[in-house]
Amino acid sequence: MAEEFVHLAVAGTEGQDLEINMGPQHPSTHGVMRFVVKLKGEVVESVQPHCGYIHRGIEKMCESLSYPQIIHLTDRMDYLSAHINNEAVCLAVEKALNIEVSDRIKYIRTIIAELNRIASHLLWWSSMCMDMGAVTPYFYAFRDREKILDIFEETTGGRLLYSYNCPGGLMNDIHPNFQKRVKEFIPYFRKSFKEYDELVTGNVIFQNRTMGIGLLTREQAIAYGVTGPAGRGSGFACDVRKRAPYSAYDKVQFNEILYNEGDSFARYKVRMDEMLESLKIIEQLIDNIPEGSYVEKMKAVIKLPEGEYFQQVETARGELVVHIISDGNKTPYRVKFRSPCLSTLSVMDLISRNQKIADLIAIGGSLDLVIPDIDR
Amino acid sequence: MGLKSYLSGLFKGFYSLLVGLRVTNSYFFHPSRIVTQQYPENRKTLKMFERFKGEVILVHNENNEHRCTGCGICEMNCPNGSIEIISKMETGEDGKKRKAIDKHIYHLSMCTFCGLCVKSCPSKALAFGNEFEHAVFDRAKLDKVLNKEGSVLMKGVE
Amino acid sequence: MQGVLYDFTGLIQSIDAVFRASMSDLWATVLEYAIIGIIYLVIYALIGLFLVYAERKVCAFIQVRLGPNRVGPKGFFQTIADFIKLLLKENIKIKNADGVLFNLAPFIVIVASFLTFGTVPFAKGLQGIDLNIGVFFIMAVSSMGVVGILLGGWSSNSKYSLIGAMRSGAQIVSYELSVGLSLVTMVILTGTMQLSQIIELQSDGWFIFKGHIPALISLIIMMIASTAEINRGPFDLAEAESELTAGYHTEYSGIKFAFFYLSEYMNMFVVSALVATVFFGGWMPLHIGSWQAFNHIMDFIPPIIWFILKSFALMYVIMLFKWTFPRLRIDQLLKLEWQYLLPISLFNVLLMAFVVYMKWYF
Repeated sequence: MAEEFVHLAVAGTEGQDLEINMGPQHPSTHGVMRFVVKLKGEVVESVQPHCGYIHRGIEKMCESLSYPQIIHLTDRMDYLSAHINNEAVCLAVEKALNIEVSDRIKYIRTIIAELNRIASHLLWWSSMCMDMGAVTPYFYAFRDREKILDIFEETTGGRLLYSYNCPGGLMNDIHPNFQKRVKEFIPYFRKSFKEYDELVTGNVIFQNRTMGIGLLTREQAIAYGVTGPAGRGSGFACDVRKRAPYSAYDKVQFNEILYNEGDSFARYKVRMDEMLESLKIIEQLIDNIPEGSYVEKMKAVIKLPEGEYFQQVETARGELVVHIISDGNKTPYRVKFRSPCLSTLSVMDLISRNQKIADLIAIGGSLDLVIPDIDR
Repeated sequence: MGLKSYLSGLFKGFYSLLVGLRVTNSYFFHPSRIVTQQYPENRKTLKMFERFKGEVILVHNENNEHRCTGCGICEMNCPNGSIEIISKMETGEDGKKRKAIDKHIYHLSMCTFCGLCVKSCPSKALAFGNEFEHAVFDRAKLDKVLNKEGSVLMKGVE
Repeated sequence: MQGVLYDFTGLIQSIDAVFRASMSDLWATVLEYAIIGIIYLVIYALIGLFLVYAERKVCAFIQVRLGPNRVGPKGFFQTIADFIKLLLKENIKIKNADGVLFNLAPFIVIVASFLTFGTVPFAKGLQGIDLNIGVFFIMAVSSMGVVGILLGGWSSNSKYSLIGAMRSGAQIVSYELSVGLSLVTMVILTGTMQLSQIIELQSDGWFIFKGHIPALISLIIMMIASTAEINRGPFDLAEAESELTAGYHTEYSGIKFAFFYLSEYMNMFVVSALVATVFFGGWMPLHIGSWQAFNHIMDFIPPIIWFILKSFALMYVIMLFKWTFPRLRIDQLLKLEWQYLLPISLFNVLLMAFVVYMKWYF
């Protein structure tokens, strides 16, 4: 017994590193993710992520499912931006079939995608604050997220996994209350957003915890393929909505949020500003939804012509790419999802070296990892 | 660090903390802003949205008639195999033999509520129910037979 | 001093007289100690349980929730139910843990907080022990708790616990300084360290008004530093739920965990009581200089109510800290102490000394 103690003491204080497991069950890994962290006292020497705990083989499962059936699996990759994932597959299939969906479908898809983005960022905000020890913001954000989820539930029937898209359009038309509820939500959210700023963004403790921590340069972001808010926090202009507009993004005015600092606070600010930017997009579209059909005429069995199809979308976490290889059957030959979180995870070791344990948690929070998106 | 920046940093930091405290403090003194719903108590008033996907149901009218012809399209479209159709041959009034539903088995435990069965049903027989209290102690209870005892096909549905 | 309506000194003395009349002095002393000990244990547990409930309610209200509401009216018996559950839980034996130290640690923690609790003056005459160095005693004894935390973290044979314990050690050693210095500042003003005398001196106005600017600075530093000393958020690095799962008490279960938990809340109570005593007159009603009529009305409110109101208001502030701010990092924690609090409190001691020397206080 005594020997073990001596060993522990030596490992902790001098010479050897202290190696601890953060996860697969740990309060701040947001899922089943395991980080093997080498520590020198409080300082992180290296972080080794071990992923795959919830690998479900979604890509392989897609090979035996028809295109409309794939939708319900993409819901479950990045479950916080389920609608946007669905949209990616639908856009790829529509592109393959040369179907141009009506403006109504595009508008509704865009509005719901942006609401989805706000909901996702709210959850990120709450969990990042909780990682840093502030529990109260969690409840405020969930209270407001609930309002978005109610809007979704009324229109799509689901609160988290919507399955609202289908190749060629949408499953249902929007609910008659949809526009009214969204218009009520916008001013409400602007008001509570001020509270978020007062509570967290301006807080001196929060700023000291995040500023200058987890520096990711623009070059590193590009080299590692870090997209989305994490990349834009490093000055990497990678917003797919701007670079390769899909759905109704070419019809609206919005800014691509860019910060050049590359630290945790920049990533935080990008997401906070993006929420307001999403509100602007919704405001421009919500009153102008054109009349028309909510779904285009499709064949009963969708068969893509032989070839490779490719579609990129901007989820709440970055660039999601769907690559479908079809051999002409009703099921794809191969589907590849390029998920944003896997690339984001790869910089974890790079940016959290020589930081404190507490910073490691804050960095993990600022990267906004969704584990099922990494493992798929 | 100059004294001026030291003091200004100190006061700015202190002020930002007070701003945060004001927010939480105001919440404490305004209990009317509490949003908690007390679930089992509010069961009577709790109403789900009409499109809420609680479970798949086979719509029956008051005469215990449904619209399911037993074509099996829902079974084909289901990505998880949560629907099983057991059909039988039935002799109609006109003496012709035709396929009819014997059992429409629905495995709730496997369903992901994607909505493809409801959407693809050619005779609009399926719909989503609002029931959401599905917790049971026996997994077998989640395998449901959707067509009710003694129900028949609605007239005029092919 | 104005007539204090609710003076317990006479009552206590008469009880003492009855005891001494009916038995020998030795037995009377032993019996009195035993009775006082039991009363204090019960009060300690009851206040602790109530504080856990209060904290849960306060944090729930801040977080737009309802908080415990199932057990008893408004969930009032929730903590009692929790306590029973903790009593019934298995005491887990940790493989390769140092058994003796592992079991000893929670007792050290709870004894340290219990000792400080004994000196808290609830009302005139209602005080476990009125030492002439009361402030010093509280300071000295309360820092014993860190030994328990260090031992607990060390002996658990868990890496998370070890990191938590080491953090706690660095933290308490640093913040002890600021707490001490801000109390020294007030002792310069009061001229005594005896808690009962400190309260008596505030019969014509609380020290926070009498000592004006230096007292205010001292109060702010005291609130920050003592929050850090009792390991509460935003200074709860030793527990750091999101980083170290539960820090030094990760491996503890059952009643041993309850000891850590209870002592955390009781330390909060003792700290608030100390701040209330030194700055806000303890059980002394709000008296303003020579406004006889006003002072007289205030005297009608029992001192124990005053004391409870004051200490609960202060505890609310400490709870508000925890539920508003993000946690500090270990280097920032030390920076805050050594770069901000300590120089300011040193300067404040000087300022207070100057104020007292020039007789600029009221």
